[in-house]
Amino acid sequence: MVTYEVTEAPGMTIFIALNEIREQQDPSIQFDFVCRAGICGSCAMVVNGSPTLACRTLTSKYEHGEIKLLPLPGFELIGDLSVNTGKFMRAMSERVESWIHDQHADQVNYDKLEERMDPDVADQIYELERCVECGCCVSACATKRMRPDFLSAVGFMRLARFALDPRDKRTDDEFYEIMGDDDGVFGCMTLLGCEDYCPKDLPHQTQIAYLRRKMALIR
Amino acid sequence: MKVIYTDSLVIGGGLAGLRVAIASMQRGFDTIVLSLIPAKRSHSAAAQGGMQASLGACIKGEGDDEDVHFGDTVKGSDWGCDQDVARMFVNTSPKAIRQLAAWGVPWSRVKGGNRDVIINGEKVTITEKNEAEGLITARDFGGTKKWRTCFTSDGTGHTMLYAMDNKAIQMGIPVHERKEAIALIHEDGICYGAIVRDLITGELMAYVAKATTIATGGYGRLYSVSTNAVISEGIGNAIALETGIATLGNMEAVQFHPTAIVPVGILTTEGCRGDGGLLLDKDGYRFMPDYEPDKKELASRDVVSRRMTEHMRKGKGVSSRYGDHLWLDITLLGRKHIEKNLREVKEICEYFLGIDPVEEYIPVRPTQHYSMGGIRTNATGESPTLKGLFSAGEAACWDMHGFNRLGGNSVAETVVAGMIVGEFVADYCEANSLNVSTTTIQHFMKQEEKKITDLLVRDFGENPFHLKAEMQKIMMDKVGIFRNGEDLAQAVEELKVLNQRAKKIALRNRISSSNPELVEAIRVPKMIKLAQCVAYGAMLRTESRGAHAREDYPERNDRDWLKRTLTTWKDDAADLPEVTYEELNVMKMEMPPGSRGYGTDNTVHHPDTARREKEIEEIKKANPGADRYEMHELLNPTPIPEKFKGRNERIGRGFK
Repeated sequence: MVTYEVTEAPGMTIFIALNEIREQQDPSIQFDFVCRAGICGSCAMVVNGSPTLACRTLTSKYEHGEIKLLPLPGFELIGDLSVNTGKFMRAMSERVESWIHDQHADQVNYDKLEERMDPDVADQIYELERCVECGCCVSACATKRMRPDFLSAVGFMRLARFALDPRDKRTDDEFYEIMGDDDGVFGCMTLLGCEDYCPKDLPHQTQIAYLRRKMALIR
Repeated sequence: MKVIYTDSLVIGGGLAGLRVAIASMQRGFDTIVLSLIPAKRSHSAAAQGGMQASLGACIKGEGDDEDVHFGDTVKGSDWGCDQDVARMFVNTSPKAIRQLAAWGVPWSRVKGGNRDVIINGEKVTITEKNEAEGLITARDFGGTKKWRTCFTSDGTGHTMLYAMDNKAIQMGIPVHERKEAIALIHEDGICYGAIVRDLITGELMAYVAKATTIATGGYGRLYSVSTNAVISEGIGNAIALETGIATLGNMEAVQFHPTAIVPVGILTTEGCRGDGGLLLDKDGYRFMPDYEPDKKELASRDVVSRRMTEHMRKGKGVSSRYGDHLWLDITLLGRKHIEKNLREVKEICEYFLGIDPVEEYIPVRPTQHYSMGGIRTNATGESPTLKGLFSAGEAACWDMHGFNRLGGNSVAETVVAGMIVGEFVADYCEANSLNVSTTTIQHFMKQEEKKITDLLVRDFGENPFHLKAEMQKIMMDKVGIFRNGEDLAQAVEELKVLNQRAKKIALRNRISSSNPELVEAIRVPKMIKLAQCVAYGAMLRTESRGAHAREDYPERNDRDWLKRTLTTWKDDAADLPEVTYEELNVMKMEMPPGSRGYGTDNTVHHPDTARREKEIEEIKKANPGADRYEMHELLNPTPIPEKFKGRNERIGRGFK
């Protein structure tokens, strides 16, 4: 653990503070920021014990002025505060087959009117699609700690999103194949760290419960 | 020497890069995407407000079509765009959005019946047609005649990027993450891939390919305050420039977005104003109607940004410790609307400003936002001077934006260019075999190895972080929204000095593997060269066009400047690029230069403009029965790939 001191400025975020440290004190320090606006999900780290997006965390939030940063647990460490969430998320997407399953999707004639969709359903899908793959839910998950291959909330949210989407023609049986075991939705101990720490306030609790019930009812 | 071979190498994993990769993979070519970061974290995700496509399904979009979209785009560009490309773009955009709908984007849909909206500060009830229910809807954006900007709340780029990356994953397209292309490999005017540095291990590798596509986004981070992601540093553009063969187009064309929050410069979408938000000054007064009585807050971005700056210069800005700003008022839209359609904006306000935009005004000011300039390409997306090098999206000067891009045309360009250029990339892979000597590959590898070794062994020298900050300040202070000859000349001189100093960078952390200071040391000299292209191009262009506003030359001068700036950097020892110009042919234009309808029209006309107008009139007179498709063929036939030639269907209108 290394300690750095910086002079706080109004509106200073951890993004600003870390860059100042890199520029003025320690050019070797590793961390990941991309959008620095809370949109891309690159910068999740553990800030004073809680996983969160560092870019939008104001230093003024911690009145005592001491901020302890740790890399996000549950992911391959690259160095300092940089972890390989990208590798994990690509594997997750492959595992849940995070795409529209429709044999005819590539035969659509795009000159013609698009297939209609209930406007409310479109809005509901968007609600679940707001996940930015930051990994906070994975790092806050006690089940993941015990089961290294546990799919985690980010994967469940993705499955819930596709299960809701009428364009995805997968059946419940097919979804069961992906998540119907202890590394899937039945393994969740419902401690719900995911719900507590999701920076996008996604409804993990409801969606995990929904998927469990849906999966339990088919076999 | 580690060499990786592929057919189609795509540098950049944002919307444009992924779409090109999908196109070449679909045609059966081995494809690799290189990305600095995981693809889903690309800056495309930050596009909030939407994508323009003339679907005309919502009631306020009725009557919209390719022609109206074309007119808005050309006007928006201040006639600086390539009209062939703008044509290809407007025709393909409806197909692109429908394809994305099939691939999973949850576009907001039309709901039949009455709904309340805010137009010009007033609550108005509009009635959507029941027969359009369930089709993709659109919102209003600046500089457009119709409501054409299709959206998913204010997370449009996010949903588009997720759908696109998911499609790429489905197709098994490898994305090599945390890899940075630092030089292009080329021989006899043909590009064969890139020298690539692994950002984790520091290893250098050669990625050798038939076709290389640069889709690395814009160069906003040449400025100290930008809405752009921190990775938008223009390195893709710079490695093309450093070949000495590829050209960059219109680098001085840099857009400032009216509403980024103060002081951090994070964007709040144009959708705020599109949905009815207003701009207010320190007295709470709505000033835009005084300047632009017709379009008001929804004038084109360059115009609104200048009007805001003018108004602040009159002392009407709100003073703060971070300088003057104005207010964006979206309180009139109401909580329900904001929490549904502007929720990213709300989150940004809460986290970065500590305010609730439902109750309070948002402090905003114009901020660097978009790079119209980039790697100059033909309509096919290929560099006219370096064969086998393609570019798409913000990194390219394909040139559908000219000197000012319309809101909503950026993400639209990424996917449309990705589709079109992707087909030409595949054609190129089909027609060419890979024929490069390993000596050439080794030459470029050695060159880059030497640069890095020099950096690692130098004991004393310049600090790359300081050089970058100095460059960013020069660009901010002297190459900004309003420009003048004196400031620009100073900027050019100061950048020359920085360019020399950048040759003597020394590191404090002298290791070759994962090392952020080394990354900076590799990038900064490249960025300074790009900055010089922007500043020098701006100094030479003695007129005002779109986002390039010269206080000393306020008129748009078609007579002398209806041309595209082309920059090359042939001599590595030089401090300035070589600049040439490419004339725009008025006699081929479907829409000859006219007035954009903002402020007073002081255009100096091109001698061909009147001739072309007359010619068009005669063609129209001679073909009274021609429909709009036939007329377009008569005026300016545009080559569109066979796949995308079909007419687009619209509700209530069919294929007409």
